[in-house]
Amino acid sequence: MKSHYSDAPAAEPLARHTLAVIVDNEPGVLARIAGLFSGRGYNIESLTVSETEHEKHLSRITIVTTGTAHVIEQIKAQLGRLVPVHSVNDLTVQGEAVERELALLKVVGKGEQRVEAMRLAQAFGARTLDATLTSFVFELTGGSDEIERFIKMMTACGLVEVSRTGIAAMSRGAEGM
Amino acid sequence: MSETMTGAEMVVRALQDQGVEHIFGYPGGAVLPIYDALFHQERVKHILVRHEQGAVHAAEGYARSSGKVGVVLVTSGPGATNAVTGLTDALMDSIPLVCLTGQVPTHLIGSDAFQEADTVGITRHCTKHNYLVKRIEDLPRILHEAFYVAANGRPGPVVIDIPKDIQFASGTYVRPSNNRHKTYRPQVQGDAEKIRAAIALMAQAKRPVFYTGGGVINSGPQASALLRELVRLTGFPITSTLMGLGAFPASDRQFLGMLGMHGTYEANLAMHGCDLMINVGARFDDRITGRLDAFSPGSRKIHIDIDASSINKNVKVDIGIVGDCAHVLEDMVRVWRSASPQVDKAALKEWWEKIDGWRGRNCLAYRQSKDTIKPQYAVERLYELTKDRDVYVTTEVGQHQMWAAQFFKFEEPNRWMTSGGLGTMGYGLPAAVGVQLAHPKALVVDIAGEASILMNMQEMSTALQYRLPIKVFILNNEYMGMVRQWQELLHGGRYSESYSAALPDFVKLAEAYGGVGIRCDDPAKLDDAIREMIDTPRPVIFDCIVDKTENCFPMIPSGKAHNEMLLNDVAGDIGSVIDEKGKMLV
Ligand SMILES: Cc1ncc(C[n+]2csc(CCOP(=O)(O)OP(=O)(O)O)c2C)c(N)n1
Ligand SMILES: [Mg+2]
Repeated sequence: MKSHYSDAPAAEPLARHTLAVIVDNEPGVLARIAGLFSGRGYNIESLTVSETEHEKHLSRITIVTTGTAHVIEQIKAQLGRLVPVHSVNDLTVQGEAVERELALLKVVGKGEQRVEAMRLAQAFGARTLDATLTSFVFELTGGSDEIERFIKMMTACGLVEVSRTGIAAMSRGAEGM
Repeated sequence: MSETMTGAEMVVRALQDQGVEHIFGYPGGAVLPIYDALFHQERVKHILVRHEQGAVHAAEGYARSSGKVGVVLVTSGPGATNAVTGLTDALMDSIPLVCLTGQVPTHLIGSDAFQEADTVGITRHCTKHNYLVKRIEDLPRILHEAFYVAANGRPGPVVIDIPKDIQFASGTYVRPSNNRHKTYRPQVQGDAEKIRAAIALMAQAKRPVFYTGGGVINSGPQASALLRELVRLTGFPITSTLMGLGAFPASDRQFLGMLGMHGTYEANLAMHGCDLMINVGARFDDRITGRLDAFSPGSRKIHIDIDASSINKNVKVDIGIVGDCAHVLEDMVRVWRSASPQVDKAALKEWWEKIDGWRGRNCLAYRQSKDTIKPQYAVERLYELTKDRDVYVTTEVGQHQMWAAQFFKFEEPNRWMTSGGLGTMGYGLPAAVGVQLAHPKALVVDIAGEASILMNMQEMSTALQYRLPIKVFILNNEYMGMVRQWQELLHGGRYSESYSAALPDFVKLAEAYGGVGIRCDDPAKLDDAIREMIDTPRPVIFDCIVDKTENCFPMIPSGKAHNEMLLNDVAGDIGSVIDEKGKMLV
């Protein structure tokens, strides 16, 4: 489209990036970051946040996002200009990061279905956190793909509820942030 | 030195400690303790506006004309929401402000209390940063930090929302040894390697152009001085955005005028045809670039900006230098001097010849008339009759704003206050109030449109109350002229709702406010009328009746590139120049 505004960019390859953002743990910081993504039209695939250094009031926000190389650069620059943001670390350009997620699954069933659920949980290495005569709550920690597969399998075995933490990530090797 | 005092007293003390002389505000229930604290002192003078939007624009005018941080004080709920347009304006144009808002007491937050609004939520997207003060212990730090955040890095508005119980609470006030934020440290020094690379490109350039913006003004007078030095050292041509006017003297031969949608032919063609673009403190806004895929196709680009996110945001550049304009320009001048490069004199001469050819088109020419005042002529005369004075100009938004930018020649920075990024009608009058307070002896003129001026007309009362002799110079074309121009170009001349019907009598209106009204509709009498305005030591509304049908040229229409701009003489068939898709756009 010919326009006074810029044309929509031609389709460029999208890449998935995991960002670790260190922020002051102050009120509103999460709203600021979430608002930046919605306001500027960026994707969020996963977002987790938790205080990591209590005395310094620092939180670590892990964001998984997809975008073109240009958009990813903009996301990092835009995050960087928020006043409470200390640093923005792109774990994906630093090399394949270690990424983990925790999921809780409630499965309800009887007889053969229940045995199958138990067997699958064992095969995936899930822990059983709660059991009644008709239900289980399983815990599985792993990569997102593995958790997806586990959820899919459990759907056939009476899955009624899922809760996931979102991704926690860290770069490999000896270097710290 | 620590002292025990109430939160409200801390607010006033912090303002004093920051050297604040004027604040613009409007009282209400949630800020009464602060107003009470103001009552007991003289150092911080409160200027009572007539609408909170006016307070923010006044603070913007004050800040932009003086280089200081502008300060606003408003109540909770409607006070805060009325301030939102001004805050957004300041964010878009990078104006340093601290806006204090009252809030309902902490224990009532979230209960939909009387005059409660989620101020930090509402202003999160229109401030550089904002705070809700929940503990009296945090208040002194936040007050001082806010000034640091507003003024450092890319400047912008900061809101501090202070619940009423915090204003009453008592605590310990200490003036911090510095007001820096604990971690926010914008980068001011540019990367030396990149600066050397930039100078190397400049040394080889055959068709260079400087493209400078509001960042140079924000960086301070030193940045303008260094820009002048660098531009003269290199001999390169220079153009400026709307926001950057005055950083380089408009009368200088090297200055090509403003660029962009209503920029000059020579500036836009130089941008289109250059082989090296040196962007200093501008942001490749869409009013500047026109069609992006046709923007300056053959050039290498250097971009200096204090905001890293501006670099490569709209236009991909070859060298991006993050830093404050003054710091980077200082380094560039030094590196250029020590390298004293052999520039390609022949190529530069050829480039200047080309530019002078474009200049010869005389793109700002307009048809003069004996019977009606042409708006361009009115601005020209205003300029000629005021140029030897200490003059500051603000504007509203519309055609008159563009004519002011084209025909008023700014020789110095901080003299030109206009709403660029947001394009806020109603900016100019309150901004003039702020400018006049910062420069009591100066001549302050708001070049206005008859539609825009009605948006914040109430601030005439403020001007009267504080004896601020501002001049409101209305180019009265009885239309929302800029809207009418677009309707003429894009919508078959169907002037839907763009006629300024039922206008007040501006002369009587001025008198009703206690000011002076002057009307002129005769080109032959214009000079005398302008002189009368200048010589009146009171607020004046000048109703300048101008040609109703004049359009603003040159113009880069929607869907077009810099080298496809329209000049005055093709105005007849302009409707056919814009294609269907161009009509979709603003
Ligand atoms: C608050 C606001 N509302 C609407 C607009 C859209 N707009 C831009 S220019 C304009 C007309 C301005 O008319 P006037 O003040 O008479 O100036 P002129 O163009 O006639 O010189 C309008 C409505 C705006 N910029 N700001
Ligand atoms: Mg008008």
